[in-house]
Amino acid sequence: MIAVQELTKRYARNTAVDHISFSVERGQIVGFLGPNGAGKTTTMRMLTCFLPPTSGSATVGGFDVLENPLEVKRRVGYLPETPPLYPEMRTAEYLGFVGKLKGLRGAELANRVNFVLDRCAVSDVKEKVLGKLSKGYRQRVGLAQAIIHNPDVLILDEPTAGLDPKQINETRDLIKSLAGDHTIILSTHILPEVEHTCQQVIIINKGKLVATDSVNNLQRRAGAGAVTIVIAPRNGTLDAVAAKNRLELVPGVTRVVAKGSRENRLAYEVEAHNDWAIRGDLARAVVESGWDLSEMRTAAVSLEEIFLQLTGSEQQTAAAAKTHQPETVAAAAEAEEHGS
Amino acid sequence: MRNIWIICRKELRSYFVSPIAYLLLAMFAIVFGFFFWNAVGYFSYMGVEAQMRGEMFPLNINEQVIRPLVSNVSVIGLFLIPMITMRLFAEEKRSGTIELLVTSPVRDIEIILGKWLAAVLLYAAILLLTALNFVWLFKYGNPDWKPLAVAYLGLLLQAGMLLAIGTFISTLTRNQIIAGAATFGVCLLLWVLEWVSGFESATWARAMAYLSVLTHFESFGKGLLSLKDAVFYVSAIFFGLFLTARSLESLRWRS
Repeated sequence: MIAVQELTKRYARNTAVDHISFSVERGQIVGFLGPNGAGKTTTMRMLTCFLPPTSGSATVGGFDVLENPLEVKRRVGYLPETPPLYPEMRTAEYLGFVGKLKGLRGAELANRVNFVLDRCAVSDVKEKVLGKLSKGYRQRVGLAQAIIHNPDVLILDEPTAGLDPKQINETRDLIKSLAGDHTIILSTHILPEVEHTCQQVIIINKGKLVATDSVNNLQRRAGAGAVTIVIAPRNGTLDAVAAKNRLELVPGVTRVVAKGSRENRLAYEVEAHNDWAIRGDLARAVVESGWDLSEMRTAAVSLEEIFLQLTGSEQQTAAAAKTHQPETVAAAAEAEEHGS
Repeated sequence: MRNIWIICRKELRSYFVSPIAYLLLAMFAIVFGFFFWNAVGYFSYMGVEAQMRGEMFPLNINEQVIRPLVSNVSVIGLFLIPMITMRLFAEEKRSGTIELLVTSPVRDIEIILGKWLAAVLLYAAILLLTALNFVWLFKYGNPDWKPLAVAYLGLLLQAGMLLAIGTFISTLTRNQIIAGAATFGVCLLLWVLEWVSGFESATWARAMAYLSVLTHFESFGKGLLSLKDAVFYVSAIFFGLFLTARSLESLRWRS
């Protein structure tokens, strides 16, 4: 649906987007991830024909953004970072205006306005002046505006920025529910958002593409074979150093990291090349030492960590690559269960 | 064509939803009303004076009332035009709604023409107010309507040109005040350029005077339909809108 080839945007002094290539299949939700100033908005603006690329190409539904901008614009719904609302207009009136602008007429226009009012849960404010709406409503009207002409592609720039947690959840659910009908690209610098809503992630940093992969694969890539265990003394207290030393003696363990203690329990993160192989030994070691094993689970690696690894210094990136092991598919699968 | 109308209607609506349109209409009605009262008062005073002296005073409503009033209208227009155009693009740029317009399947020129047309229509509505005054001249006097019609055409053309320039200036900034002030400055300059012909007759001075809106309004004001001056205004409108289009395009290369 979307194909981007070596897309570049240069300004007088800096390069905002530097030879980025990726493609998005029909019906997918793709998270566009990167720190502030990474070039997310610039890339989206090029896809919506707001900015022309300096070099490279981008096509939406087979139409090039430079050669056929009108065709691209017909197929794209765009929600910029601040919803483009006219404060003096009323909600329904505004959606009618946008609909007309996007080429809808007559009965079809009226139907679509009613449909998106309903779909984005803004029917109750349809006669309200946009300037007086709360942030959550404004964002939803912004979304309604983006889908009014039933576009193939939805481009959403930070759709949940500035919303409260409840509104964030509502917006996320709404976006997810739109996925069936539209191909969606959403940008964010909030990682859980991607974990919750997207199937695929495109990570960019300083204008360069850092990674493009499915959320599962990315987690798999970084979250190699770590087990979190929590142990408790059967009676008396537990010597943290002794416990750590004992755990390190378990065959296959490469590293043990203390993760703090709570109510006389100690938590450790135990790393191994194959965490499933060491679980039995680990449990036995704990019990044989006279302690209780109160918890053992796969250490869930959040996208947060992956993200820091990928966008951080070269050293960290190298470290992330080193931990990448092929036999941790099962661990990743479990991590996913924990995550959801 | 339809898109132009869609955008034009939206602009007109926002003029009339906000107090802008009413403020301009009211301001104009009051100021023009004063001018009208003055002109008519002076005219009848002169008439009575002439009768008392037993002279035949050459009374001509067109020459002595309508013509000075029409040039007054174009002076008031000078103040109104920046207030009409300053928000056209500056406001969209500030609030980010320009992204909606530019990413919609609408051509840039349709956006520009829609906005400019709305400004022209608002100005025309303001001009229409003067008709309320002139109607009395027709009721109690016997003026010729043709010079008045030509003068109105001239006023519209002149405003069209200045509004096109104002529209262009509005694309240059996100700040409405700056857009308004700059437009006022440019309009004023285009107005007074003509003065140079008072003391200098070299080619450059004549070129300067030629650019002045005042030079080209002269014959319209007299009620003479001048093709040459109409062509000047129309090409100035085209030029202003062309600059607007270039500027809107460059927004994307720069921002």
